[in-house]
Amino acid sequence: MANGSVFVRRELMIRFVRAFNNGTLETDLDRFAVEMRPRLGQSSRCCIYHDRAVIKYRLMSLLGFSCEEETDEARTLASYYREAIERETPVNVAETIPLSVCEAGCSGCPSARVIVTPNCRGCLNRPCMYSCPKGAISIVNQVSTIDYSKCINCGKCTTVCPYHAIVKTTVPCEEACPTGAIHKDPDGHTRIDMEKCISCGNCFSKCPFSAILERSQMLDVMKAIKNGEKVVAMIAPAIEPQIAGSIEQLFTAVSKLGFTDVMEVAIGAEETTAREAEEFKEKMLAGERLMTTSCCPAYVELVRKFVPELMKYVSHTPSPMVLAAEIARKEHPGCKVVFVGPCVAKRIEGARNNIDFVLSFEELLGMLAGSGIDIIACEPMKLPRAAISDARGFAKSSGVTQAVVNELGNFKDDFKLDAKAINGIEKKTISILKLYAAGKLPGNFLEVMCCPGGCVNGPCSLKK
Amino acid sequence: MKKMTLEICSGTTCYMLGANNLLNIENEMPSELRGLAEVRALPCMGLCNDKELSGAPYVKLNGKVIEKATPEKIYDAMRALIEE
Ligand code: FES
Repeated sequence: MANGSVFVRRELMIRFVRAFNNGTLETDLDRFAVEMRPRLGQSSRCCIYHDRAVIKYRLMSLLGFSCEEETDEARTLASYYREAIERETPVNVAETIPLSVCEAGCSGCPSARVIVTPNCRGCLNRPCMYSCPKGAISIVNQVSTIDYSKCINCGKCTTVCPYHAIVKTTVPCEEACPTGAIHKDPDGHTRIDMEKCISCGNCFSKCPFSAILERSQMLDVMKAIKNGEKVVAMIAPAIEPQIAGSIEQLFTAVSKLGFTDVMEVAIGAEETTAREAEEFKEKMLAGERLMTTSCCPAYVELVRKFVPELMKYVSHTPSPMVLAAEIARKEHPGCKVVFVGPCVAKRIEGARNNIDFVLSFEELLGMLAGSGIDIIACEPMKLPRAAISDARGFAKSSGVTQAVVNELGNFKDDFKLDAKAINGIEKKTISILKLYAAGKLPGNFLEVMCCPGGCVNGPCSLKK
Repeated sequence: MKKMTLEICSGTTCYMLGANNLLNIENEMPSELRGLAEVRALPCMGLCNDKELSGAPYVKLNGKVIEKATPEKIYDAMRALIEE
């Protein structure tokens, strides 16, 4: 379930779009924080002033800036707006990362450690003391006490206490990050290490303060439409369970926003499947031992940064997004293409592959809400190029494999498909992938999806 | 007792600001309330147009507006109706 800070983010999006449509965004931007947190109103954090500061940074990210870029704290949002509206293309996130930490919003959670709470009764059995592999627990003044010079945070004691008196505190973003990219610097400020970040978006979706921000390209999209450019929206299949109403109604709603055309990314998936199956067949016949999927960009980043020796096994077939963009450009020469999905890492893949803009589902819904367009009040649109269901299945785990298997089914093969899947990237995934690269694990087709269950559970999906 | 009508605004604004968590409410109700209300999802009720967006998501129980609706608020309102 979405929490309060998520609603603040969404409310800001809606206000942002409304003001853009009214032509008052430049002047309104610096008023939002005060309007949402007036002097005598309630605050979500310690005080309205803290809330207002966070709102300012959220608006900066909606304008496409990262809060770490701020050099002049007194700079107005109106001035950022002017810079944003002048730029020809959004910031290239492949050269940085699309995520940033909003310091004002970060609670600076203390490092994960095991602590004894006042629930401890100093019982005589002392399971905590006896279960500790490091002898770090002793009973001092009838209370279990941890010697942190010995404690290794294994958490054994937390599982044996009959009073549940010992708990492990966590730092949600650090716990969620599969690569150790998010950490505290020596001064205690949360930082994302660009060299390690794969843009999986786990920190973004798991932070209970929503203090991780995404650089938005919403303004760039709205600006292009307003300037009369041809802009085509390509919607990822994972949207289906995220909206009230049907895909067909959504398409009508999206075209009302002024897009030249709306298409399903899944129409690219059909081509991806055919080519991926063909590529797999060729590679196997040529005697290669493994091929692994390329459609999850966070996975590809993981391989690039942590298991480079696996890179040569990654499929070269372009992802459904890239192929859908080719179709869009053929049908609408000179158009700009926007990928809309539940994914943070697609922002990087998009930037690397000449996709003009990437939006999240949340941003698309924000544009609809801010423009007063109701999905469930829309007439369903007859989809001119409805994707087949296999292709839509790409959004679910093992969907890629299934589609390729179905495609392969058409010919008599000289090799046996042995498909394996990793459903969700975790901290231990890197070492498993190293084993695949070294040929120490069975399987010749490896599908990896960063998000457990697939893109439908992406970090920017709405239903949580 | 006559069935109550519970109308959940599923306009895009309300949906984003929390109605998405209410659409399944019929199945999530505490057992003593289950089946007492006819639940419907409606398009924008026109209440979100105020500049402040202060009340979304909106829900109507027997026509009476509940602002910033949460499951608990809805259950309380239903219980109040039963007691009336
Ligand atoms: S969307 Fe609910 S009142 Fe408008």
